[in-house]
Amino acid sequence: MSLLRRTCREAAALLVAREDRSLDLPDHVALKLHLMACKACPKFEQQVLTLRAAMTQWRHYADEDDVSK
Amino acid sequence: MESFENQLVEHRGYLMRFARLQLRNDAWAEDAVSETLLAALSKPQTFGNRSQLKTWLVGILKHKVIDMIRVHTREVSAPDSGDDLDGEEMDRLDFKADGHFVSEPNDWGDPHQTLQQRQFFQVLDACMERLPPALGRLFLMREWLELSSPEICKELSMTSTNLYVQLHRARLRLQECININWFGKHSA
Repeated sequence: MSLLRRTCREAAALLVAREDRSLDLPDHVALKLHLMACKACPKFEQQVLTLRAAMTQWRHYADEDDVSK
Repeated sequence: MESFENQLVEHRGYLMRFARLQLRNDAWAEDAVSETLLAALSKPQTFGNRSQLKTWLVGILKHKVIDMIRVHTREVSAPDSGDDLDGEEMDRLDFKADGHFVSEPNDWGDPHQTLQQRQFFQVLDACMERLPPALGRLFLMREWLELSSPEICKELSMTSTNLYVQLHRARLRLQECININWFGKHSA
């Protein structure tokens, strides 16, 4: 693995890891660079971010405040 | 005006749902919810609306659930440690030998639109239920109880490395499950 080069497999793993811990600087930069150059990984990132937003909404049960069961 | 007791009973259903999902044990969930309702009854309060009462009850429930995890600490051991962070679990996604995706990940569309759909959250719930119990418990300690990593490691006597491996695993499985059960059906 070169300093700032990541495969899609590595980039996807970083995108998931980023949900729970902060990435170190080389990983952070390499991920940014990869996302700019790659067509597939931004879609994977969008999945991760949507799931993040979904969990926040789920946690605050925003969608069911008016449901009585 | 409805009695406080009756108001509480109406909330039992979703309290049970959260407790079951977090504890993965019906008896423990029943106990946690009963204790929550008893605690609430012992200090009746007036709330402006249902949602405030709900927030208050969920707050109490979270404490009762954490107590329950502590009481059963031996039985809620951490999931088996994986070998490495992005080892076999990443293989659930299809990659070529050179590390590229075999096919592009699904386009999940506009998040705002997706998250307005009740059905999406039904799929999310079902997918969380489908996580193996130890993994689901740990994932929800993070996502529902909102415990910090050190707190989870302490409660489950696990290393932070193992915690990250497990959370990584849980997130990938959820994403996979949603891909199959929601986006697989809703995008064509």
